Amino acid sequence: MAGRMVVGSAALADLVRPASAPDPVGGHRVLPVAPELTGLLPNRGLRRGSTIAVAAGQPRRSGGTSLMLALLAEASRAGSWCAVVGVPTFGAGAAAELGIALDRLALVPDPGPEWATVVAALIDGVDVVVTTVPAAVSASVATRLAARARQRGSVLVPYGRWDGADVTLQVVRGVWEGLGQGRGRLRRREVTVSARGRGAAARPKEIKVWLPGDELTRVIPRSVPSTVRRPAASLALVGRG
Amino acid sequence: MTGSPARTLLLWCPDWPVLAAEIVDGVPATGPVAVLHANRVVACSERARAEGVRRGLRKREAQGRCPQLTVVEYDPGRDARAFEPVVAAVEELVAGVEVVRPGACAVAARGPSRYLGGEEAAAERIIEHVAQSCLVESQVGIADGVFAAGLAARGGRVVAPGGTPEFLAGLPVEALGRSALADLLRRLGVRTLGDFAALPAGDVLARFGFDGALAHRLAAGRDHRPLAVRQPPADLTVTAEHDEPIDRVDAAAFVARALAEQLHERLAGHGLACTRLGIEAVTEHGQELHRVWRHDGLLTAGAIADRVRWQLDGWLSGSNGRTGARPARPTSGIIRLRLIPDGVIAQAGLQAGLWGETGEERERAHRALNRVQGILGPEAVVTAVLGGGRSPADQVRLVPWGDERLPARPGPPADAGAGPAAGRGGIPPWPGRLPAPAPAVVLPSPLAATVHDAAGEAVVISARLAVSAPPARLVVGTGQPAEIVGWAGPWPVDERWWAPVEARRRARFQVSLADGAALLLAVEAGQWLVEAIYD
Repeated sequence: MAGRMVVGSAALADLVRPASAPDPVGGHRVLPVAPELTGLLPNRGLRRGSTIAVAAGQPRRSGGTSLMLALLAEASRAGSWCAVVGVPTFGAGAAAELGIALDRLALVPDPGPEWATVVAALIDGVDVVVTTVPAAVSASVATRLAARARQRGSVLVPYGRWDGADVTLQVVRGVWEGLGQGRGRLRRREVTVSARGRGAAARPKEIKVWLPGDELTRVIPRSVPSTVRRPAASLALVGRG
Repeated sequence: MTGSPARTLLLWCPDWPVLAAEIVDGVPATGPVAVLHANRVVACSERARAEGVRRGLRKREAQGRCPQLTVVEYDPGRDARAFEPVVAAVEELVAGVEVVRPGACAVAARGPSRYLGGEEAAAERIIEHVAQSCLVESQVGIADGVFAAGLAARGGRVVAPGGTPEFLAGLPVEALGRSALADLLRRLGVRTLGDFAALPAGDVLARFGFDGALAHRLAAGRDHRPLAVRQPPADLTVTAEHDEPIDRVDAAAFVARALAEQLHERLAGHGLACTRLGIEAVTEHGQELHRVWRHDGLLTAGAIADRVRWQLDGWLSGSNGRTGARPARPTSGIIRLRLIPDGVIAQAGLQAGLWGETGEERERAHRALNRVQGILGPEAVVTAVLGGGRSPADQVRLVPWGDERLPARPGPPADAGAGPAAGRGGIPPWPGRLPAPAPAVVLPSPLAATVHDAAGEAVVISARLAVSAPPARLVVGTGQPAEIVGWAGPWPVDERWWAPVEARRRARFQVSLADGAALLLAVEAGQWLVEAIYD
């Protein structure tokens, strides 16, 4: 009887999971993101209906646009439709290099005074809506747009200052590599991204990624020697004792 | 196989390749002209024939006989194109025309001869009509069967019913149009079609094979092949005429919707769909507005109605549209609206995604984007197409949503957006193209900047691409100076130097600043510009 119990619990071990782990059944409710960015987002992806802001950062921009593009890339590649509103300087070449499918990406470079109507119309039909935030947006309009995204199952990605986002990603620092004094070329950039948010994302997180990287963006391992070697050292100590 | 062959009227234009060259290329057919194919004369004008030029001559030989000969290369496409108006003119009088070859077309003679009062009268009427509408001289022959009618047309004869075998009997065997067979028959002592037709059919089949047997039937006047009548292309245009001029956009849109439904029904009735649509509106005062809309998918009734509305909205109200070129407001209301389907293809049915979802999401996204186009105008929603080019701005072309995605310059294949791997293969060489990574912010119009060296002097690039001093400080516009920590360049680009108006000579630099930003700079005519930001 006890043996059977053990077998049963072993079988259950695959089925039971901690509540904090991602929900595989509701997987279609979460659009994928590049693996190195999953750690920043509470559902390890773009949960449909959520608002994920990308802060524009310092006056001299360094990495915000690339972060926004990187956030879209995996979802776009997996077949989602995306729209970018109010970015007349959109670098389509960089978007394609990051893996965004340009034929499923609509641009509205200049929404003008109809900004809220346009964004609302896009939320109705497009999976991911990226939009710059005009200076004069009242809190009520912002709340209504976020509510509409929640209702329609779209992901709203405001690019700029946005209060009340589920997660706000921000580029803290970006350092380019590859350029010397009069030689070399820009090759890759080490970007530190921080995430703040509400609920599951309340604990601030920070990671370093190559964005853009040499081949693909990758997480930069944090202080590799100290974390990997310590268990081996303690084992050796136990053996000696 | 029973009964006599159908009475056939054949219209023949002598020396058609020469006439076609005159119609299409403007080579005067009154002078000595020869059309050559593979160095042999295939047709020549009357003047050239008088000088001794014949079919089958070599070019050198023909020019020897007629030194002032104009030589034209043979082009079957040109012949067929030029013949199309002639066929259309014949079709205006009689139905069921078969184009035997460019320069000759056949119709069943029974209908026109009864309708136009006799075979001779019909022949005269057709010749006259063709001459008047196309300015082309032609001859008509009427006989039993296409083959005999073709031979009768050479002499402009009307062979009496039942008299075809006798008419053929007197003709030489070369009239069969089979030179090898005619040569062989002549050497066998068979000189006329009558001699050939007198041979027993079984022996002809045994000795000359199937083609010989067919020629034997033709020679005997037993040409039973029915006419392969061409189908005139269906008229798919739909038109709405209005006695009361329309001067409001919503009324026009209402009409457009009904018209679009009608067009859609007509297209669907023929099993067709259109990819380009011409919308033509005519006002009471005779002003016309015509615009062709492209569409990458197939135009549904709703999409057609939308496009009519956008076009008329811009025209009637004069307010919509963010692009510059806008037609002037019409002075009166619209009385006629016409939809002309242009790129018509056979519709294979809408292909939904394997699990139904892809198609549905696509529909949903298209609806939303069409709605935004309705709010802001069709050019406000765009999609980027990557093409070739040297600067980041050149490589991208923004096309309005729904239009065909064609790059401005040949570049990577259309699906380059599918992944980073796709973007790297098969790019035509654009020497001087910037290496990856591409800048994420491309400025539509470059910002003016100044670059100084460590001593505060402006950095100058000479014509030989020598940099006066390492750049140390950058000022964009009237902003604060920023320190340059890394730079590379100059990378020269000398584009379109052969066209003085479009010529552009630039030297590009990549610089990285102390605060972590990286910029793409260019120097053109001594002026520093910020082209793009590696954001």
